Amino acid sequence: MSIDQANKFGFTINRSRLIDYDASDRKVRDYITAREPSFRLCFACGGCTAACTAGHHTTFNLRRMNTYIRRGEIDPLREEVTRCMLCGKCLLVCPRGVNTRNVVAVAAEAIRKLDRNEL
Amino acid sequence: MNSDLFVIPFNLGLYFILIYSVVRSTIWFRNLSRPDKLRLQRGFFGKPFMDSLKEIFMESLLHRKIFRKNPVLGYMHMSLAFGWFLLIVFGTIEADFFGEKHLNPPSHAIFFRWFNPDHGTEGLAKLYGFWMDLILAFILSGLLLAMVKRFIPGMMGMKKTTKHTWTDRIALISLWLIFPSRLMAESFTCGAHGSGSFLTGTLGSALASFLPAAEIAPFFWWLYSLSLGTFFFLLPVSRYFHIPVELLLIFMRNSGITTGDRHSSYTEVQTHACSSCGVCISVCQMSYAAGINDIQSAYLVKGLRNDRDIAAITANCLMCGRCEEVCPVGIELGPMRLIERRQGEREDRRLRFTERYELTRRRSTIEKEPTQSYGYLTREEPEHAEVLFFAGCMTHLTPSVIVAMKKIMESAGVRYRFMDEKGGVCCGRPLMLAGRDKEARELINHNSDIIWKSGARILVTSCPICYKVFRESYYLEAQVMHHSEFINLLIEEGSLRLGYLHRRVVYHDPCELGRGSGIYDEPRAVISYVAELQSAVQEGSMSLCCGGSLGNLTLSSGKRAVIAADAARTLTIASPDELITACPLCKKTFAQATETKVSDIAELVAAALPKQVASRSKKRPARHPAKASGNG
Repeated sequence: MSIDQANKFGFTINRSRLIDYDASDRKVRDYITAREPSFRLCFACGGCTAACTAGHHTTFNLRRMNTYIRRGEIDPLREEVTRCMLCGKCLLVCPRGVNTRNVVAVAAEAIRKLDRNEL
Repeated sequence: MNSDLFVIPFNLGLYFILIYSVVRSTIWFRNLSRPDKLRLQRGFFGKPFMDSLKEIFMESLLHRKIFRKNPVLGYMHMSLAFGWFLLIVFGTIEADFFGEKHLNPPSHAIFFRWFNPDHGTEGLAKLYGFWMDLILAFILSGLLLAMVKRFIPGMMGMKKTTKHTWTDRIALISLWLIFPSRLMAESFTCGAHGSGSFLTGTLGSALASFLPAAEIAPFFWWLYSLSLGTFFFLLPVSRYFHIPVELLLIFMRNSGITTGDRHSSYTEVQTHACSSCGVCISVCQMSYAAGINDIQSAYLVKGLRNDRDIAAITANCLMCGRCEEVCPVGIELGPMRLIERRQGEREDRRLRFTERYELTRRRSTIEKEPTQSYGYLTREEPEHAEVLFFAGCMTHLTPSVIVAMKKIMESAGVRYRFMDEKGGVCCGRPLMLAGRDKEARELINHNSDIIWKSGARILVTSCPICYKVFRESYYLEAQVMHHSEFINLLIEEGSLRLGYLHRRVVYHDPCELGRGSGIYDEPRAVISYVAELQSAVQEGSMSLCCGGSLGNLTLSSGKRAVIAADAARTLTIASPDELITACPLCKKTFAQATETKVSDIAELVAAALPKQVASRSKKRPARHPAKASGNG
């Protein structure tokens, strides 16, 4: 960001966080909810993220990943799923009984299929 | 003897199945890896050969393992297998001994009575006839039980029996028809000629008294031959192919061939050696506790055999290993399932009838690419330590176990370092259970590096899941110990002084520690040292799974809770004061499923430590600098 831009007043300073639902890709979300319906039970408490083994070493955040899936933001999701170690700690802390481990596994599968145009 | 045309179906079937079996075995042998070929060749000319013969007699004929499980079920299998074997052997001897000439074709032995209707009225021949009738009666009694079992499985101690494909069903009907039709055929012939012993003779004369026996007899001889022929033709495409294949499997196993980690001729042989007996279904907790009846090992194997898409079956299993423990054929069901998880997706093919006879079927799978990568992990430079303690991910969710382990090790004066105190890296086993071995390798390398650099002599872990993978998939110099083994060692060395707790406890064997790693005695020794250990209803190699297993990817939390509640109920049937386990995951799962207090073995031992430990341990760090750093 240049100084010139920063001095301008208005909405150009920050990148827009407006979600364009028309541009979002819901195939991944649909794929996941079909194969792991418990995904829909999540109320985003963040317990999984607090307990996460991989999250200790990196920015991996299961709660954020959920948001990406719901919004259909595929690019950041593609990055995110590769970091999980599938250790299953999140499974034990989840108060809603979401099969979180499988959500990640299925999400990874969905991304792979999407890249191969099979979704 | 104009009408001995009826032997044709039998002869065709027999020669077909003999040639097919030889060709198929040859192809399987050719596709074995080189070391396995050598193993099999060596096994053929050595002790394994004799062992195999003995095993074939004990298991394939007498069915000793099934006998131990349930005598009635064992008798059913024995009477059919051993009885048929006796009938063939003594039938051949009879034809050879009493027939017109020696070395007859097989059909002469099988249809002996037709060719010699007047045989066996006096002397030795009569006695022999009695013996042959006895064998037939023996088989028929087993057949009766088999029919009862098909309709009322509960009578044989079976909770469920397998569902059949249509080829299985036709093969089953032809198998069921073989012996009654033989009985009727022999009886009518004997009735017409006034021969036969207590079974065929009596029945024959009774039937001949009001029926034209000589005219009816050929019909039953035709039926006998046709049912044999049909059975032989359907053998390769039905579950009964296990009869010849199991013999090959026994030779291969005794020669030292194991499943390994990829599909091979051996997994193919194991697939065909499965008899779909359903013993695996009846011990499966997923079946009797959670009511899921389509994912058991028998169905996995059947799906493999018929080239179906079995991804859902493969993933939905606790991997507790109970089915493998009871499998009468000794199929390595756990490794087979893991291989399948490692595979990519499989094309679902409904095989045409003729396709099932194919000798080499190529599986159409899509290669699985690695989905995870852990490049973000940074290399650590660990401090040197004698004993390295790795709590494991799950143990970090049960901090009381960590506290207990710290207390115990401090009390015993162990110089240790806590490897993952600030949150370590997963051991890799959960990834392997999910079929992602390539990714797991990255984590294994990361952890191995830390363990090697620490120069530890002993690696203690509190989690059986980690324990199994440390022992099997890591290449380490350090001796890997589960904390129950380590505590047992400390007690035996005399470095741990413990009081006695007046509590009645019951011990639950975690799957990965018990069946998975064969550690049964050490935890029991430790518990008996500090408390009164009650025996559980199902323990040791048949212990229950808590339901929380990481082996299952897709099981819902609701079903898990049902399995946990069922297992907890069984374990606490004698109302103990405490339920002891040695796995943080089991502890977590059981804690939500039962009213009884659930503790880890380390917590129990920590409770038995003398009271002054807390004050003593504060002085210790000065004397043991290594340990002091471990605490902080």
